[in-house]
Amino acid sequence: MTIAKGDPADPPPTATRPTTRRSHVPNDGTAEAAAVERARKGMLHEGRDLKRTRIGADVLCEALLRQGVDVFFSYPGGVILPLYDILGDYPELRHVLVRHEQGGAHAADGYARVTGRVGVCMGTSGPGATNLVTGIGTALLDSVPMVAITGNVPAALIGKDAFQEIDINGITLPMTKHNYLVRDADDLPRVVAEAFHIARTGRPGPVHIDITKDALQQETRAQHPTEAEIVAGLPGFRPNLDGHPRQLKLAAAEIAAAKRPVILAGHGILHAKAWDDLVAFAEKAQIPVAWTLLGIGAISETHPLAYGYMGMHGWKHVNRAIQSADLLIAIGMRFDDRVTGNVRTYAPYARIIHADIDPAEIGKNVAVEVPIVGDAKRVLQALIGLVDEVDPSTRADYFAQLADWKEDSLASSWHGSGAWRDGLLSADYVIERIGELTDHQATYVADVGQNQMWLARYAGFRNPNSHVSSGGLGTMGFSVPAAMGAALGRPDRETWAITGDGGFQMTFQELMTLVQDHIPVKIALLDNKKLGMIRQWQEIIYAGNYHSSHLLGPDFLKLADAFGVPAVKASTPAEVDDAIRFAQGVDGPALVWFETAEEQNVFPMMPAGKGLSDLIEKWGGADE
Amino acid sequence: MSGPDSNGRLPAATTHGPTPAHGAPPPRALPGGGAMRRHVLIAVVLNKPGVLNRVSSLMRARNFNIDSLAVSHTDSEDISRMTITLHGDDVAVEQAAKQLYRLIDVLKVQDVTGEPTVQQELALVKIRATDSTRAEVLKLVDLSRGRVVDVADGSVIVEVTGSESEVDAFVALVRTYGIKELVRTGAVVMARGSGSIEEAIKR
Repeated sequence: MTIAKGDPADPPPTATRPTTRRSHVPNDGTAEAAAVERARKGMLHEGRDLKRTRIGADVLCEALLRQGVDVFFSYPGGVILPLYDILGDYPELRHVLVRHEQGGAHAADGYARVTGRVGVCMGTSGPGATNLVTGIGTALLDSVPMVAITGNVPAALIGKDAFQEIDINGITLPMTKHNYLVRDADDLPRVVAEAFHIARTGRPGPVHIDITKDALQQETRAQHPTEAEIVAGLPGFRPNLDGHPRQLKLAAAEIAAAKRPVILAGHGILHAKAWDDLVAFAEKAQIPVAWTLLGIGAISETHPLAYGYMGMHGWKHVNRAIQSADLLIAIGMRFDDRVTGNVRTYAPYARIIHADIDPAEIGKNVAVEVPIVGDAKRVLQALIGLVDEVDPSTRADYFAQLADWKEDSLASSWHGSGAWRDGLLSADYVIERIGELTDHQATYVADVGQNQMWLARYAGFRNPNSHVSSGGLGTMGFSVPAAMGAALGRPDRETWAITGDGGFQMTFQELMTLVQDHIPVKIALLDNKKLGMIRQWQEIIYAGNYHSSHLLGPDFLKLADAFGVPAVKASTPAEVDDAIRFAQGVDGPALVWFETAEEQNVFPMMPAGKGLSDLIEKWGGADE
Repeated sequence: MSGPDSNGRLPAATTHGPTPAHGAPPPRALPGGGAMRRHVLIAVVLNKPGVLNRVSSLMRARNFNIDSLAVSHTDSEDISRMTITLHGDDVAVEQAAKQLYRLIDVLKVQDVTGEPTVQQELALVKIRATDSTRAEVLKLVDLSRGRVVDVADGSVIVEVTGSESEVDAFVALVRTYGIKELVRTGAVVMARGSGSIEEAIKR
């Protein structure tokens, strides 16, 4: 049979009916036809047999519990109902009913980032699954360990465009570390165990498991595998954890010879729980530490060797130190374009040591002199043993220069009075007050845009895993749902969601989840009535052509009231502290509406395509 | 707020920079940028549903253009072998190989471009052959060590095997008679010598 595009349809069949049907529908009476028929009936008839046997959904719950899961974020739907039917039998698994699957995925992400454990989110087939996609992508770009589980239509209906069927496996394939389609309950124990192992081992990342409805309903006696069996079943997944001894020696020699070294600390330090090793290494070799957006918290900002946040909106003194460094020791970071700017002019005097657990990251964006493939903790521990103890006095000139630059840089772009030139609140001041009044001990969850940069610069971070931010994908609407997960992951800490009016309006339906599940997230809404970062780029790069960056918002007090969330508004510097304390005093979620300056920019700023030496520090008015 | 000046030009950015004494530094070298050439990657993968999709999807997403791709299972049913040919500079292809390694189903990737290898490709060519040209066509097929596998009224199907360039040469040679159909398998490649990529995996 030959079919070409544009061929006319076949002529109507002649009177004689063929004995076999010319379609993919199986003939009546065959086993395939019976399976399709059963599946169709199953789609209409919900509910399980009254006689309770162990089914695929039980296996899933058992497997989650074996992995130490205590909470997951989900939304029910047709094909995942067999799971909801038995969930009541597993009270130790806390189910949080989100208001949108994207919120569930971000919550699992936030949970994973503050705990270092694997976050779990679920959704039904079709739209439930596609709604998870943004959250899975966010986790991929930031290497967050996550297992996303979706239901799918019964196996016999796959490929038939059944109700709420979408090829979610095809969709998540390029945006997960690995994904699975499970059609047989007997495969579930192995697949779930593998998924958790892959998600948290090596470079962490999201893994997606798609389970057909009949696999959830199917009776099974399949046993859960041991850790050794899981590893043996994944011959293609053997991450290299120890740095190569020869490379480590080379690195130590480079470090010994360097006069102006800088450590670049990334998210990998936090993933590897290597913060103490980082400090020990920096102290022994007397090397200042700069950090990426996701590396915030790798070292306390109060540490004498903690130098600051680098990159596009990083501190000028930090970028200056990188640009004049003769050696960069990059650990668990990937030289993202927001960090390097124009690679041709990046750190022109520096040789580079690059340690990362993912070999594909090394040499991807910048050419490096000493590549080391390994886990940040093991690499740092090895380096501590190899480097000589450095007397700080031998770096006196270097440290004096760094201190000079820092003093000069801190004085710029700071509005200590709390008000910007239009009289409204200065966002940097608001963030600084939140940091101070929480004693820098809270979890701070950023949205995306100006609020994210202000948070990174001014909150003052002291603890690892206390900063949650969508760095790689830059997902607006991330803050509130991610804070929901972060608050459940670390209930011992206060959790603040820092968001703008744009991002907040993307996912604020999760306020209702916060109320229903009594999750005490404090929301700081920085309302400049603009898409601030868009407006900033339009002002500086697009010649002031402000198209669609002006954003109408609701009365956020009424909005919060409608959800039953206590809220307060602050418009002047004098009101800021009281407003923050009000939110802290609420038992449960609370919202503070900060009316901030409408046209305040985040400075310094490295225009895209420019280098770290081309920072814009002022624009227009005298006092940005 | 100030925007561009009257000429529409933006104010100069405030710049700073380190000024060690020895003048402007040379620009940092970018990874890659070397000469483009044809590379051959051999990937040994688990024979699982979707693994071909994973490999091809990754190459697309990472902006690598595959020239040819040949897949089949190996002597062991649960392991497949892919021969991928692509054009790129050495660093870019190394990056492609590293990205392939990130796939859970990929066991081993080897760039055999610089190594002594046996490279063979098979093509079936349906060539127009009328009574007046058939003799000439068959002569060319014979000279090119091809094999006629089907003869019909007005055409012959010829099978040729050889390196990519040998197949190219044959196709160019018979094009004057008219090629009705052409299908090529893409190169399959094996390193010379007693070493074995598959045994290396088992160890």
